[in-house]
Amino acid sequence: MSKLGPGLVPAPLAQLPWKVMLLVLAIGSFGLVVLYSAAGGSLYPWAFSQGIRFFVFFGMAIALSRIPEGWWALGTFPAYALVLLMLLGVEALGAVAGGSQRWLDLGIIRLQPSELMKPIIVLTMARFYEILPASEIRKFGALWPAAVLIGLPAALVMLQPDLGTALMITGSGVAVMFLAGIPLRLFIGGGLLLGAAIPIVVNFVLHDYQRNRVLVFLDPESDPLGTGYHISQSKIAIGSGGIFGKGFLNGTQSHLDYLPEGHTDFALATMMEEWGLMGGFFVILAFSLLIGWAIGVSMRAKSRFGRLTAAGLSATIFFYAAINMLMVVGLAPVVGIPLPLISFGGTAQMTFMICFGILMSIDRESRRKQRW
Amino acid sequence: MKVTEASQAYSFSRRALLMGGGQAAIALVLAGRMTWLSVFENERYKLLAESNRVNLTLSPPRRGWIVDRSGQPLANNRTDFRVDLIPDRLEKREETLAALQQILALTPEDMARINTDLKRAAGFQPVQVKESLDWERYATVLVRLPEFPGVQATQGFTRNYPLGAGVGHLIGYVGAASAEQYKETKDPLMVTPGFKLGKDGLEKTLEERLRGKPGAKRVEVTARGKLVRELARREDVPGHNVRLTIDAGLQEYCARRLADNSGSIVVLDCLTGDVLSMVSMPAYDPNSFSDGITQSEWKMLAENDHVPLMNKVLQGLYPPGSTVKPMHALAVLRAGISPNATVHCGGALQVGNRAFHCHSRRGHGAVNMERAVAQSCDIYFYVMARELGYDHFAKTVREMGLGARYDLPYPSQRYGTVPDSAWKLKKYKQPWTIADSVNASIGQGYVLANPLQLAVMAARLAQGRAIVPRLLLDQPHEPAPSLGIDPQHIQTVRQCMWAVINGGGTGGRARLPIPGVEIAGKTGTAQVRAITAAERRSGVLGNASLPFKLRDHALFVCFAPWDNPRYAASIVLEHHGHVNPLTDVAPTARDVMTFLFDRQKAITTLHELEKGWGGTYAERMARDARAFEAARAAARAAPPPPVPEDAAEAASDVVSEAANASVPVGDVATRNEERAE
Repeated sequence: MSKLGPGLVPAPLAQLPWKVMLLVLAIGSFGLVVLYSAAGGSLYPWAFSQGIRFFVFFGMAIALSRIPEGWWALGTFPAYALVLLMLLGVEALGAVAGGSQRWLDLGIIRLQPSELMKPIIVLTMARFYEILPASEIRKFGALWPAAVLIGLPAALVMLQPDLGTALMITGSGVAVMFLAGIPLRLFIGGGLLLGAAIPIVVNFVLHDYQRNRVLVFLDPESDPLGTGYHISQSKIAIGSGGIFGKGFLNGTQSHLDYLPEGHTDFALATMMEEWGLMGGFFVILAFSLLIGWAIGVSMRAKSRFGRLTAAGLSATIFFYAAINMLMVVGLAPVVGIPLPLISFGGTAQMTFMICFGILMSIDRESRRKQRW
Repeated sequence: MKVTEASQAYSFSRRALLMGGGQAAIALVLAGRMTWLSVFENERYKLLAESNRVNLTLSPPRRGWIVDRSGQPLANNRTDFRVDLIPDRLEKREETLAALQQILALTPEDMARINTDLKRAAGFQPVQVKESLDWERYATVLVRLPEFPGVQATQGFTRNYPLGAGVGHLIGYVGAASAEQYKETKDPLMVTPGFKLGKDGLEKTLEERLRGKPGAKRVEVTARGKLVRELARREDVPGHNVRLTIDAGLQEYCARRLADNSGSIVVLDCLTGDVLSMVSMPAYDPNSFSDGITQSEWKMLAENDHVPLMNKVLQGLYPPGSTVKPMHALAVLRAGISPNATVHCGGALQVGNRAFHCHSRRGHGAVNMERAVAQSCDIYFYVMARELGYDHFAKTVREMGLGARYDLPYPSQRYGTVPDSAWKLKKYKQPWTIADSVNASIGQGYVLANPLQLAVMAARLAQGRAIVPRLLLDQPHEPAPSLGIDPQHIQTVRQCMWAVINGGGTGGRARLPIPGVEIAGKTGTAQVRAITAAERRSGVLGNASLPFKLRDHALFVCFAPWDNPRYAASIVLEHHGHVNPLTDVAPTARDVMTFLFDRQKAITTLHELEKGWGGTYAERMARDARAFEAARAAARAAPPPPVPEDAAEAASDVVSEAANASVPVGDVATRNEERAE
């Protein structure tokens, strides 16, 4: 990567994957610009705190990248057990407090265990399939433990109720199963089964507000002032932006409050109103490069754990970005998943940076092995 | 197939690529969707964003004033502070309503109406919370606006009638447009808060001239309805002013002078036909109608036996009684009969098998024309009608303006009946009888007229000109053309009517307290019930002992100065029965005429009288309203009944019902009597 001589830059710095770090920095900075505009041309209340957090978490990601891959593998199951316990704890607290609760108050920070579960489920599945002998992969023994490992946290998160996160945990877990080599027919069959199950789930499992969101997604105009309002206003923001946008700080949908959640889940719409289609292409391209890099890391990884983890994390980042963007452009129901690095909010930032850190760690491991 | 580590690594690469491919596909879908939205649908969404951002609001035009002949306002506009709700932007509905209720002191009736309106309201169409707020309350709402998204406080204009009930029936009133009116016109102005259109009277018939053109402004607003900035503004074009022939001072004086009577006064200019005053009392206060009348106000008006919802001047029909006698005397003259010819009055006249009585049981003895009019002798006119036939009278009666419909800007007029043989044959398929003639000769029987016609009659008799009442002072106009009546006859009729007041006749109490000005007039009493022979034998019940609705109507027509008439007037007091000498027709006529010649003197008299009546009509109405409200509040255990769609609309329906209900008894008795005065 670095063509600079060893004399000019210290070795640890030279080892860092600078290109992708610059890419993340670019997306993050663009996100701050969007938040600055969303606040009506002000650093407060969002851009400043988001910026501080961004650099703190960025530093954390670099720190995580120094952890050797083997440590991740060793720590995986204990971490999984711990986070699962925390999820149970949240559930118990919620039951005691008589309401739904998603976080644990640890005094210093409010920890949202369901967020931690997103990278950890990938690690766990990767670890499981690493341990599993290659010959077992087509047997039932390769399936049921994975199903349990995914099902438990997904069910707990679903109970919170947090449909978006539950879907992401399941999706990331299943992605690793797919990559691990579970027979394709199971996915095809499972896909068909899922298609058949959706109506049942929508009618009997989802909460009223969740079902409503799905139904309104199918026909946003049916409820232009209620749940469909988000989607309609978001489409108006994007559509009215045109190719080059209305110009920085000139968005009316966001500045006049027509676009709800313009700084969080719908930050992409805020951005596209002002930056137009070009801004949208930039974000898609940036995330494509990022995910492409993550897949590249997985290809280069030497261990099965590293391969599966890197590819799984790339899927996690993909789910994050894709579900959010599909939702904002009106191709997916409103599920409350933020756009990493751009939407305001520390949780998604932290989750993303953990993924990024682990990815960099695996990258570092593979290059070190290359050099040796 | 055996799965090995190597094959697993190979399958991973394949699957990772497959997954990457799937992801790339989704990225393409996303890019395609974005392109679709922002390139191909761009125009549409631009419009939508613009219609989000820009809010076009109309501001109601300032309504043209209605002024009297000297320019004094009868209807103008005053600054009005109002508070509305924008349903779409209302976030904390219950909280907001509760706060507004407290700040604006909204009644349960108000709250019920607001809630109904909110249920029906769509989107950005504002719902009125309250208008005509005082500055304190308005300011309180204004400073707390940021707390309550969806609340809108604006400053506008509201219709103001300085004379209140005194011009109620003359001017009519305005009100919010009904749902039907909006559906018909689709004019967004109709649903703009604060916009009022004429609902009755001149306000309704002159709507086009008075309305003006609405102002408009384009403003940038946030989703919460907060105004960001004004983009463009077009000022309203105020409506045209309308000048009436009315004399505001006289109008108010007449309204006050009617005291608590159910009656009307019309004053005309004998030369031009200008309507100087046209009063029907009691009346609704058009100010409260224009504010949106409350259920209790409406109920109070509808239940009143003095029918304040009816314009008695144009819609009240009365048997004119003896007020027709001067006109009949003219008909007698025109038949070539000398005014000196005498008839013997013995108190009754036998026609066929029926006895027709004079109001004087003893009889008047020998009466000539002047004495017959002055003493209101019935027998004289019975005899003349029997000799000449009523068809001969009917011609003069029509010439004097009875039975005619005048072109006045009011939605409805009832113009009564001048009966003759052809009319009766057509209507009842029966031949005219001598008894019919005798009845009609004293203004009873089939004869019906409204108070305006009686005033026209007095004015035409006074000057012999074909005056037509006119209300709109558009352009100066000439004295009316002559009716072609022998001036000698006119002089005789004036003389007869002079004698009624000044020659020991029945109207002595109408004599003017102004040196050099003498009034000529004629009293009248219209009976509204049949008197049986049995009752006549045992003694006719006095009006004072009868219930209100059965008492006689009291009427009066007059003009002054008697020898060169300038003003003519008619006064009709429903069911007055001459029971209260202070409020009776003759002294009322005296004071109204006095006002025309010496305002100060008339006002001094009125002040004295009003001390005994409990003040002006405005003061009395305010007191009645409070008493009514208090009684209702005491009786109210249950929540208030639902407010009708448009109370004011409903009220005007009642007007027409009342008009239909008050048709006086048709073929009543044969008695006509004048109380000694």
